[in-house]
Formats: sequence, C-alpha cells, structure tokens
Amino acid sequence: MAKMTLEELRNLRDAKKKEMTQRDGNEKSAQIIIGMGTCGIAAGAKGAFDAFLDELDSRNVTDTKITQTGCMGLCFSEPTVEVDVPGMPRVIYGNVDAKVARRIVTEHIIGKALVSDHIFDKPAADIIK
Amino acid sequence: MAYKNYILVCAGTACESSKGIALYKELEKELKEQGVEAEAQLVKTGCFGFCEQGPIVKILPDESFYVKVGPESAKKIVAEHIVKGRQVEELLYDKEQKGQSSDEIGFYQKQQRIVLRNCGVINPEYIDEYIARDGYAALEKVIFDMSADEVVNEIKNAGLRGRGGAGFPTGLKWGFTKDAVSEQKYIVCNADEGDPGAYMDRSTCEGDPHSVLEAMSIAGKTVGANQGYIYIRAEYPLAIERLNNAIAQAHEYGLLGDNILGTDFCFDIELRLGAGAFVCGEETALLASIEGKRGMPIPRPPFPAVKGLWGKPTVINNVETWANIPMIILKGSEWFSSIGTENSKGTKVFALTGKINNSGLIEVPMGTTLREIIYDIGGGISGGKKFKAAQTGGPSGGVITEEFLDVPIDYESLQSIGSMMGSGGMIVMDEDDCIVDVTKFYLEFTVDESCGKCAPCRIGGRTNYNILNKISKGQGTMEDIDQLKVLAQAMRKASLCGLGQTAPNPIMSTLHYFEDEYMAHIKDHKCPAGKCKELLNYTVVDDKCIGCTACARVCPTNCISGEVKELHVIDQSQCIKCGQCFDKCKFDAILKG
Repeated sequence: MAKMTLEELRNLRDAKKKEMTQRDGNEKSAQIIIGMGTCGIAAGAKGAFDAFLDELDSRNVTDTKITQTGCMGLCFSEPTVEVDVPGMPRVIYGNVDAKVARRIVTEHIIGKALVSDHIFDKPAADIIK
Repeated sequence: MAYKNYILVCAGTACESSKGIALYKELEKELKEQGVEAEAQLVKTGCFGFCEQGPIVKILPDESFYVKVGPESAKKIVAEHIVKGRQVEELLYDKEQKGQSSDEIGFYQKQQRIVLRNCGVINPEYIDEYIARDGYAALEKVIFDMSADEVVNEIKNAGLRGRGGAGFPTGLKWGFTKDAVSEQKYIVCNADEGDPGAYMDRSTCEGDPHSVLEAMSIAGKTVGANQGYIYIRAEYPLAIERLNNAIAQAHEYGLLGDNILGTDFCFDIELRLGAGAFVCGEETALLASIEGKRGMPIPRPPFPAVKGLWGKPTVINNVETWANIPMIILKGSEWFSSIGTENSKGTKVFALTGKINNSGLIEVPMGTTLREIIYDIGGGISGGKKFKAAQTGGPSGGVITEEFLDVPIDYESLQSIGSMMGSGGMIVMDEDDCIVDVTKFYLEFTVDESCGKCAPCRIGGRTNYNILNKISKGQGTMEDIDQLKVLAQAMRKASLCGLGQTAPNPIMSTLHYFEDEYMAHIKDHKCPAGKCKELLNYTVVDDKCIGCTACARVCPTNCISGEVKELHVIDQSQCIKCGQCFDKCKFDAILKG
C-alpha cells in the first residue's frame, strides 16, 4: 500500500475493526493463535505450530486459521495457544507441545469440546473495546 | 454439537490439595444423576492463581467465578447453574458479579493491561492488527487535534513517571525538551534491559512493536524532533527483527518517514544495537554509545532533556514508559490518573520469577500489594515452601520481606522500605535461598559490569564482593560487617553514576532485614538455608540408615562407602557437597547442615 492520508488510515482502521469483530459471528472460521515470543519459542512453540499445521492438513480441516502473537504473560505454561471456535468460548491452552496440539485439533476444533488439563485463564480483561 | 456450558475446575497442585479432585468427581456424578451430561462439559484446568480461595470453579461462557467450592456444593452448582441457568450467589467470588454480562466481568483478576494491551492479542508482524486496535489513532490526534502544550500537559496531568526505575515525571522531561531552543532534537527509546530476571521490555517489543514507534512519533511531533533511535540489546534478536519489520511497515503506510499522513511532519526511527554492557542502560552512557563512543556515564546536569545526543535536546524514555503514551493520549489523563496511588499513577509490568508457581509477565495497577502479586496472581510459592523475600530493582534494589507483604507497591513505598521499583524484575525467594549468597550474586554482577572509570565503584564494589565471599565461606568477622557498611556509604556518595551509587543497595537492604543470617555465617559458621557449600556438611544418621546403597550409587565422587544392609559413611575430604545423596535417600538418613 502506498503512503496513507488521514482518511485512508481511518477507513483502514474501521474496515479492520469490522473484520475482527466479525470473527465473533457464527459463520467465521476457527482460529488458533500461538504465542511466539522468545519465551514461547524457547519452550517449543514452533514444534506445536508444525503439529497444528500437520494435524489440520491430515484431517482435511480447511476453515481454520493459524496465526501468531506475542507473549501472553503465562510464562510458566509456555507454549500458550488461544483457540477460538465459533459458538464456543475463547480459551487459552498452556503447555501445548506437539501432542497436545494434535489433541486440540481432534477434540476442540473437530470434536467441539474443550481439552482437559491444559486450560488457563486469560490474565486480564481487555481495555480496548 | 458444542456444549451449552463448560465447567472449569482448577486442578493446579494447590487446588488439588484443597479437594479439587474430590470436587471434580462429585460434579461428574451430579451431571450424570441430574441428566445434563450433554449440556455441560467438565474440564480440568491449570492454575488460575487465587489458590487460597480454592478450589475454584469457573463456568463458561458466562464466566461465573466460584471460589471455595467444596465437593458438597457440586449438587447445587449443577442443579442451579446448569439445569436452571441461575448463578449460585453465595459461591461467587464477588457477589456484585451477579447479573452482569460476561464482558463486564473480569475484575476478580488483579491485573490490568495497559502496556501489554496488545501483547498476546495481535499478530505483532501485521501493522493492520495494531491499527484495528486503535493503533496510530493517538498519533492522528496529536498531529491534527492537539497543540504541543496540550500533549505535554496531558502527560503531566496523567502523572506518568519513568518506568525504567527512577520514576522521573515523563511530562516534565518532554516539557524541558519542547522548550529547549535547538534546530535539531532527538527522541530515544531505552530498550537496553539488563537487570537479571527482567524481560518486560523484550516482551513488549516482541508483542507490540508499533506501540513504541507510535509513542516515539508522538514525542517527535510534540517536542519538534525528526529523528528517533531505539537502543536495544543485541541479545534480543527476535525483538530486533520485529521492530525492524514494524518500522518498515510504518514506512510503507506513511506513518514514519517524510510527510506523515500528508502533513509536513517528518519523523524517522532507527535501531542501535547495544553490545551487552549493563551500564549502557544508564541514559548518559546509552547516548554516548549511540554516538559511537565508549559507553560511560557522564555527570548530570546538564540532563539529556536539554543537552543529550550529540549535545542536542533529547527525550529519552524506556520501552514501558513509551508503551503507555498512546493510551494516555486516547483515553485521557483523567482515566490514566484514576488508576494507581496518589503519587504513582497507572500500572507497572513485573517479570515475576524465582520460587513461584505461576512465573510470568504481569501488569498490575500501582498500589497492588506484594501479597496479591505472589498469592493471587503468582499462585504462591512453589513446592509449598515458606516465602522468604522478594527482590525488586535488580542489582540496584533490595529485598521485600514478609512483614511488608501488604505494603501497596509504588515508587515511594518501595523506597521507604529500602528497595526500589526498578525496571520490574521481581525475584521471589523461599526458605532455601541464602541471603548472603543472593547478595553475593548481585555484587558479582555489578563488579562485572562496572566500567572502571571511577574508583569508588571499581574498588569499592570488588572489595565488598570479596568480603561477602569471605562471609559465605564462614571466614567473616564482625569487622567485615562494619567495613561493608563504610564502603557502601562511600560508594553511594562518591560513585559517578547510578551503577556505583546503587550497587551497595542489596547489601544495605539485606543487612537490615537479615542481620541474623549474616551473624549465623560469621559467628556459628552455619548457613541456615543450606546453600553456602563451604559451611555445609552431609552426614549419615546412624539409626536411620538401612544400608540400601542408593546414596553410594548416586555419589559422583564415590565418597560414600558401606556394605549392603550396613551403615554407610561419607568421606568428608572427598565430598563436593552436591547434595545428590540427600535428594536420593528415602529414609531421611542423610543430614544436611
């Protein structure tokens, strides 16, 4: 994109905001967000990332998006992964190694049930509406 | 088909010991008996903190937060909440919670994220996600709707103070630079995070790089600077990569560079990599390092705000301070100053590490107590051990002991109890940590990092380290304690920069609160925590040893001898005090002390 004017920046913000809130609607696809700060990567987030890709691929799940984010603050339970499946509460999983990543795909993404023993709480309420 | 409700039962070790497992089984039984197995999924979770309130149950999607839930309450939770959809009022953590929608709830959590608002939320490599979360809206406001004086006043009124540790009012700094007359001014971000155990700034740069860029641009517009530098340690490769990526994206969108958003405001940011010297976190040394000189501090005044980089007026703030700025501009000084204590506004990010169950990056309002941080957020001391002290402020700070667990944390209160806010490293120690050993560690660090320019720091630090070393070997005398104090005073008064002036702080603080422990090392030649190897002996207790040979097999120096089913003996001359025999013995037959 070329350099923006004020108006273009505002339009882009509105459009992206809409895109993000639409994710909360029911038609949207599921999302897997992996914490990829230095802490997450050191604890094996890249291995989990690969396992997610592989498991989704081998089970022909095509409507799930994988993205990365920074540190969620739960360093004691890295790697951490947030999973957002339409119609289900958004949850954060901790200690997600490759094995747990595969479980999340089969039990949560496909089976629509939460994966026991790995759920952690969100650290704080969001200040940005 | 997805479930209607999810019952999350905390199964962290602390909750397990407080009947989490019994509760889980009871809930499982009740769901079956009341025929709602298909309605709600029962899930075991990791620790939520709040362990003293355990067992804890959280029900999604409405986020009801129940505390002190005994197994006997299972029936009621299932009957009321799951079957009838009504909250069980008497078990709610906050009775006010009743009837609130889920997005208003969350205040049972002690954290409030302003600096870390986007960390762990957005993809740090896409500027669009930052923009979608009100990113660059504050810059817009500053460029188009606010005068420079308005911006400075807003920051002043917000009461934001430097988060690097010293706590100087940020608005004042900006005001000085704004009022300084010069054709060239600079903006600098101090990302040379060096305290042991601190990683707040790294995580912020990695998780939300644009918040720093936006804030620096805001300062540039306000004080009339067109160039910014981020001084970051070369040891942070991922943070560097993401900052560079963010700078490139901001350029592409015209949010950095010439004619930002079509106006005549021009501002650019470059990175400068530090080579790993701790003293370069001191602002005058940092500026010298950017100029390509050896990173050594120079006396202030003049302060960088008036005479900084290449002698020009320079605003220098640390990463966390910068990350606060966009939110203050957007939400206003009134909002920001409503958070925190009288003289310390807003929040503070801490890197909580050490002997704590939930180590991590936390952000709490100023005025939160150490007890809330350690027990409600941190989930308590690991292994159920006893809390001894928390170290804040890194090598310039001190310890906070048990008696001060309920002191509200802010700049002044921490100083009054002999510690300091520092940049935000918080290391929790338990009964197994020796205070002399810890102090020695910090002294070793400052001795290593002293630039050597001034004698008090160079010689005083080394001498103090040697004394501590002596004490930890049981060779200390009472005169050594006096000597430590005299040298500490001299270093405080005569050192050239903050590094030397504050290097004795850990000594003074620990001497004040743990004099007993120093005395035990000096007079009794004992280390109460069992950490100082020279003062430690492992011996076999005659009547407890059954001769299982486990200790002898694990000993790396083969210094334990004895036949099967007979008493074993440790050869003290060969023992390296590794403690493996102590850990291995199942019969408490090895005595440490």
